[in-house]
Amino acid sequence: MTEPAARRRRSVVLVEHLFKQYETAAGPHPVLQDINLQIMDGEFVALMGPSGSGKSTFMNILGCLDTPTSGRFELDGHDTARLDSDRLAQLRNRFIGFVFQGFNLLPRVSLVENVALPLVYAGVGRSERLARAGELLERVGLGQYLGHHPNQISGGQQQRVAIARALANRPRLILADEPTGNLDTTTSHEIMSLFDRLNADEGITIVLVTHEADVARFAHRLVRFQDGKVSHDGASAAVLQEAPA
Amino acid sequence: MIGAMLREAWRAMGANKMRTFLTMLGMVIGVGAVILMLAIGQGAQNLVRQSIASMGSNLIMVLSGFTSASGVRSGSGSIPTLNVADARAIGDLPTVAEVAPLQPGTSQLVYGSSNWSTMVYGTTPPYFGLREWAIERGDPISDLDVRSAARVAVVGQTVVSRLFGDEDPIGKTMRIRHAPFVVVGILAAKGQSFDGRDQDDTVLIPFTTAQRKVFGAQFPNSTRMILVQASSEADMPQAEADITALLRERQRTPEGMEPNFTVRNMTAAAQAQAQTTKVMSILLGSVACVSLVVGGIGIMNIMLVSVTERTREIGIRMAIGARRRDILLQFLLEAVIVSLLGCIVGVAVGVSLSSLAQDVTGVYAEITPWSIALSFAVAAIVGVFFGFYPARRAAYLKPIEALRFQ
Repeated sequence: MTEPAARRRRSVVLVEHLFKQYETAAGPHPVLQDINLQIMDGEFVALMGPSGSGKSTFMNILGCLDTPTSGRFELDGHDTARLDSDRLAQLRNRFIGFVFQGFNLLPRVSLVENVALPLVYAGVGRSERLARAGELLERVGLGQYLGHHPNQISGGQQQRVAIARALANRPRLILADEPTGNLDTTTSHEIMSLFDRLNADEGITIVLVTHEADVARFAHRLVRFQDGKVSHDGASAAVLQEAPA
Repeated sequence: MIGAMLREAWRAMGANKMRTFLTMLGMVIGVGAVILMLAIGQGAQNLVRQSIASMGSNLIMVLSGFTSASGVRSGSGSIPTLNVADARAIGDLPTVAEVAPLQPGTSQLVYGSSNWSTMVYGTTPPYFGLREWAIERGDPISDLDVRSAARVAVVGQTVVSRLFGDEDPIGKTMRIRHAPFVVVGILAAKGQSFDGRDQDDTVLIPFTTAQRKVFGAQFPNSTRMILVQASSEADMPQAEADITALLRERQRTPEGMEPNFTVRNMTAAAQAQAQTTKVMSILLGSVACVSLVVGGIGIMNIMLVSVTERTREIGIRMAIGARRRDILLQFLLEAVIVSLLGCIVGVAVGVSLSSLAQDVTGVYAEITPWSIALSFAVAAIVGVFFGFYPARRAAYLKPIEALRFQ
């Protein structure tokens, strides 16, 4: 394990002059305009902003699920524009872990197999997959629910399963798109403490999108989006005080 | 990875059992139809092949000429323009293996209180070999019988049952046109000829006896038919030509004049029928194949629905690292499994329908291993072919669009 200080010098995300626009019947609609952002290894960043400010689109681009119209996006030092779909899939598989607002677990599949799914695409054998998925579920406090199905557990528990799945291939970056959006306050705080521990103990870089100030407070850095541009970028506490909306 | 995909395919099929069942039903019907149709076609072909074999191989029939009186022309063989010497000369041709003159006639047979009308042929010993006709019991007609114009007869199975009933005919005396004949042998059963006549309804007597004592002959030693066997199938055309040339020469038929005899290739007619049966079975098979293709289109249809329904799932899988080829393989595998399972059930259905058809309608149906192999091959191809488009469509979804799909 390298020192956290040493790792922090390495950039996980580097975005320069990034634009994204959608073609609509009424002509091109700009969503992101000239975004410049660098996220270093081990950071815990919250993205905030009103609906339509472009933060979710930005998040999808960070996750290699969507592509920018122009500009440069480097993930872990790789220029993503030069990577083919297989290589991008591999990055999503190994380097990134996704956590979604709607959990996005496969409904017909048991929890342990849901967690093991990224390992399937990493080519890990079945017994090893299930063993590792079991450990991960244990770690998020759901060790007794291995054979259950997603509809048999609560929303907070489903999000824990989703986090366990995101951790399956030991990613360096976790992208969480409004992970607490469907959860009550107590459960939200439990989930956020889990992220906090992952960041503090394992140095995993975390980027999350949220609407809620008390969720954003868990992050160390806060980037606020407004009309497709970055309006504020700084330490969470400072930005929240300066621009509370 | 394949293991996980197989489990996944199984799960997806189990999630919508009714739909999977209906999709499979298309394949079941298609494969079942192919198996059944090929079995019936094969059965018909075998039947024709058997009747051809029962006729004897490489046979040529030479028929004597016809008369024409006051413009009325009687049929072939109505006057005997051939004789035993002609038969012997034909037998000496290099392309000919064996000959037998044949004197046919219809006669009433009488034995005790029963009687029966049948075809009586006067012939010589080579006839049995030519027709590949075995003697079931007793003796065939011998050369001595022919030389002495003996009153002996060899009877077919139908004649045995119609005339003698439960009695053993060997050694019994029956009458043909009032002349007494001793039955010396019984022919083995041959069944129907390819044109549907009962070949067992016949009596064979020595050629000379037929001429002198039963039917009579306009000229001594004349004959109305000569049955010829060519030395091989390849020699058939040459043998026909040789016989025609030989007989024209022997009868001094002038160049350009129609000869007073007819040479007929017996096998050609049968082979034409074999060809017809083959065409029919190909036709049946193709019709069945169409239903197999329809079944395949059913698979494609359902797979497209399935891809649309599972778009979100595809999005999730892509987000956590599935490559295009992983998604493609998963859906392709599902299509192939449905189609192969349908094929297995279809083979079972086809086989049972074939035996049912045989029992109920009496149609002769024969299942061949290659028709089952063909069904499996076609089913696999159909699965891949019709599964590929939907699978590709799934694989080329954009991750973000698939994820956002509601």
